[in-house]
Formats: sequence, structure tokens, C-alpha cells
Amino acid sequence: MKVIELKSLSKIYNPDTIPVRAINDVSLSVEEGEFTAIVGPSGCGKTTLLNMIGGLDARSEGSVEVGGVSIQDMSESQLTTFRMQHIGFVFQAYNLIPVLTAKENIEFIMVLQNMDAKTMQERSDDLLDRMGIKDQRDRRPSELSGGQQQRVAVARALASRPKFVLADEPTANLDSGSTEALLDIMAKLNEEENITFIFSTHDQRVIDRAKRVITLEDGVIVSDEHR
Amino acid sequence: MILYIKLAWRNVWRSKKRTWITASSIAFSVFFACLMQSSQLGSYDNMIDNSARFFTGHLGIHQVDFWEDQIIDNSFDQQELIQLDLSNSDILIGVPRLSSFALASYGDKTKGAALFGVSLPLEAEFSYLKRKLIEGDYNNKGGVLMAEGLAANLNLRVGDTLVLMGQGYHGVNAAGKYPVSGILKFPIPTLNQGAIYLPLETLQEFLSAPNMISSYSILLKDSQDTELMRSHMETILKDKELGLMTWQEMLPDLVSSIELDYYGGWVILIILYVVIGFGIFGTFLMMIKERTYELGILNAIGMNKYRIQAMVAIEIFLLIFLGVLMGLLMATPIILYFWSNPILLSGDAALAMEKFGYEPIIPFALNFKIFYNQGISIFVIALFLAIYPMLAIKQLKIIKALNE
Repeated sequence: MKVIELKSLSKIYNPDTIPVRAINDVSLSVEEGEFTAIVGPSGCGKTTLLNMIGGLDARSEGSVEVGGVSIQDMSESQLTTFRMQHIGFVFQAYNLIPVLTAKENIEFIMVLQNMDAKTMQERSDDLLDRMGIKDQRDRRPSELSGGQQQRVAVARALASRPKFVLADEPTANLDSGSTEALLDIMAKLNEEENITFIFSTHDQRVIDRAKRVITLEDGVIVSDEHR
Repeated sequence: MILYIKLAWRNVWRSKKRTWITASSIAFSVFFACLMQSSQLGSYDNMIDNSARFFTGHLGIHQVDFWEDQIIDNSFDQQELIQLDLSNSDILIGVPRLSSFALASYGDKTKGAALFGVSLPLEAEFSYLKRKLIEGDYNNKGGVLMAEGLAANLNLRVGDTLVLMGQGYHGVNAAGKYPVSGILKFPIPTLNQGAIYLPLETLQEFLSAPNMISSYSILLKDSQDTELMRSHMETILKDKELGLMTWQEMLPDLVSSIELDYYGGWVILIILYVVIGFGIFGTFLMMIKERTYELGILNAIGMNKYRIQAMVAIEIFLLIFLGVLMGLLMATPIILYFWSNPILLSGDAALAMEKFGYEPIIPFALNFKIFYNQGISIFVIALFLAIYPMLAIKQLKIIKALNE
């Protein structure tokens, strides 16, 4: 089942002055359960592509469908709700809410989804357990290591049971031990629960673990390798 | 909602110093504004109370022409009032008064004096006249009570005999000798320099005006009810050729000066609020600018902008509430203290107050409205200033915010 389908997607900056095509006529689809890495040199358009897939940035041309739903014509508010319900985000800088504990950060999305307290409690406990950070549940981000913070971020991304998780350079700020631990968790979630992950990355360790590697150069897909 | 409040509360305390500085600036503005308004309203209440008690009452019944031409010939027979039922639960007390002017003489000294014929027992309650007695006997019916300043000018003491000369009812000569039974000390200089109080019957006899009174002054339990009571009294007096006036009509200069001072006070408060407003706005500005990236992340992960606005609005509310609460807690004990212990002025400040005919004190008013008004004013200002963060969140662009 396709979770993402891009058709002739382009992103053009400065269309009226000096147009710059950050993404140029990209078409691709991602099936449920894929573990995909989008790679390429800096400035090739990886983050822009991820932002458009996640509905954070508007496309200039083409279309984006998520779970069969076209998102380009949604209003800003509809897009925000759509992101909350269907897409999980993991950022390079973790971006947890600094004043909330690890558990509260995970529950935050579920609160936005108006989930009942019991379900929320069970799900956050389960996620903390699976991420191996149950004993850190009451600590704030500033009291956690980078690796622990990123695990909380992954748990937060999964809390809403999204169709897929978009991870923008998730290991860029992590040491090798933390990177391996995080990749183990994500690979396990992918294999055991069929959760779809799409990464943008430079990190060879992530690329090595990916089941599909899409290479971008100057906004164009130059290779799409299924392993 | 609980998470929003939790989030907002913790966000408020993320920058403790800034929160304390902002809350303190709000607190001090509320504190000063409350103190200022309390002293202003306290002074007005005191001026109104003094004037009402000593001169006009909150309501005054006169012969219709009396207020325009305050002569003895424009007095009226108090029997006209005796037939009426003036009792009302809002009325504290009513007193008959006869007033006139005469020359007061002792030895080789003569001074102009204002004569007040009063019911001494009633006046003790109405104007607290008995409390002004500093020497002699208040209830000596044969004598007169003289203001301290006038007595000093005439070199009179208790027991001396005062000669009064003037014009009586319908132009008859009025002259008499009266022993001074007591000396009164008034806070109001005009009274202290020229007032002589006589029992009502004694002055009526002196002026050859039996049963005549210049006014029937009514003191209300609450001066705010003046207009209400006026309507009530007008109904009672409708068949009488008597005029009814409120203290505002009888003391237009006092009303004007109170209004002028009140609006002047508001100008100072507005300046204070503008200064504080800039401080609050600076905090709001930082609240948004510092956290643009974070707000972008919240929006990116699925928090709608109206929810972000709600969260920031709760933060603003908590911050302002903290400041206002601190200000009110600081102001309340001080106002309470000065309410029961008015500031007594001395030296030049006291002289200046007396020169304008006021008691040299700064009384404070204890009125819930003072606290309410200042609290609400700050909240309204904050609400107005909160438009900026709300608009900034509405216009938030995720990609731009994430690139901050």
C-alpha cells in the first residue's frame, strides 16, 4: 500500500526574479513498511523534499499524496491537523518541548489528539519502554543525553500512530553509540510493526541500514536503489 | 487544558529573571495606582463629608430663593417640615439650621462672624460639633460656642461675654450679649476664623425670627445615594414651596475641583500605564521572538495556531495575574493602614492645604472598586498588547520559523 506518492513535484524559489529549482520534477512513491534514506550532498534538496512530503512547505508544481489524500490543496489549519494525525517528525536537533518531561513530551501529541487519559498513559509507557528510556520518563530534555532526547523524539513521533515517520538528519548530532542504538530501535519498529521511516541523511551508518536509498542531486533523483 | 496550563506555567518560569522583572513592574504600577486612587478618593470623600457635615448636608431643604440670596429673610418656618414624614432608612440624620452674619465684639475688638443656630444635641451627631470643643461646656444653653481663631482674634476666653450686633428678620435690629461657654477648634480654616454656634432658639430670638430656619440639612448613609434620595424627597416636598438641593448643586466649586483633580490623577495613571505598557510589550516581544523556532516546531508536529495562541494567551494571563496579584497584595495592607491612620500633614504642606480650605490630612479610601479598577486596567492594557503575539503566531511561517 502506498503511503506517499509524489508526481512531478517541483519547488521553485524566487519564481519571479531568479528562479531556483530546489526540487525539480520529482516523482516517487513510498510503500508502507519501507525504511528509506534520501541521500545526497548538502543543498541537493533533501530537507526541502522532506518538508513538502510532510506538508511543512508548499510545492510549486506537481502533487503530493499521503495515504491516498492529496495534501497540496489543504488549508494551513487542515494541514496542521493532518500532520498531527498522520505524520511523525523527528528533527536533527531533537526539538523536544524543554519545559515538559520525557513522558509529557510523548503525551503531548496524544493530548492534541484528545486521546483519553488511560490510553495515553498506556501508550506513553509502552513507547518509553520500547525506546529503553522508561527510567528517564520524568526528566526534562535538558537532563537527558542527545541520544536519549532523540529516542524521546522518536517516541513522540510514533505516539500518534502516524502513517509514516519523517526524520531529517536524525543522527547528525549523535555519537556513534547513540546512533547505533537509535537505528536499532527504528529498524526493530520497522521490522516488527511495519512502521514506515523516511530519513534524509549524510550518515553512512543510516544509509547502510536503509532498505531503499534515494539519491538526490540538484533537486533531481539520480538513483533509487531498493535493497 | 491542564497540559496547556502546565505548559504555560512552566514557560512563564523558563526565564525567571524576566518573569520577576515584568511581574514586579506590573506589581509596582498596580501598587502606586491603587495608593494614588485611594488617597484621591479618600480626600474627595473627606472633603465631601466635611462640607456636607459642616455646611450643606448631602441634601438641603431651603426656602426656594435662599440659595440665590442667602439672607435671613429667605428663611422658612420649620413647622412646615414637622408635618412631613422625612424618615427614610437611607437617611442618617437631619438637622435644622439657621444661619446669618453679625458683628462680634469684645472689648475694643470687633470681627465679622458667621452665626449658626443649631440643635446642639443633633449637631453633635451631624457635624460632630461636640468633638471640636477644646475648652468649656458644650451643652450650656445660655452661652455660645466660638471658633478658636475668632476667639483668639477677639482675645476672648470661656466665661467672657460676647456682644453680637446685626440685622434680624425683616430688617429689625439684632443685638445681644452672650457668655462664651466653649471654644471650638475646626480643621477648616474658614470656620475656625469666623464661626459662632448658638442654640437654634437663641439665634432665632436674637434675629427675631421665631421658628424660622435657613435650611434643613440631611446627611445620608452613603453620599452615592444622593440622586436617589433627591427623587424620594421631591415627592414628599411636592406640595411645599421649598427648594431641595443636592450637595453637588450647593457646592459646584467642590465638584469642579474634585473632577479636575480626578482627571488629573487619571492623566498621571495613563502615563504610568504607558510606561508599564512598553515594559509588558517588551516582554511579549521577547516571548515570541525568542521562541519563534520552538513555536514553529509545535506547529510542525501538529499543534494548530489557535492552540499555540491559547497557550501563549494563558502564559500572558498568568504573567499579568501574578503581577496584578503582587501589586494588590502590596497595596492592601498599606491602604488599610492609612485608611485607619490618615497621613497628618505638617509645616508648609499643612499650611497650603489649609489655605485652600481643606483639612491638612491625606485620608485613604478603602473601596473594592479601587483594586478592581486598577487590576482591570492592567488586564485591559495587557489584553491590548497581547494582540501583537497573537498576530505574530497567526502569521507564523513554519519553514521560516524552523530556519530561525
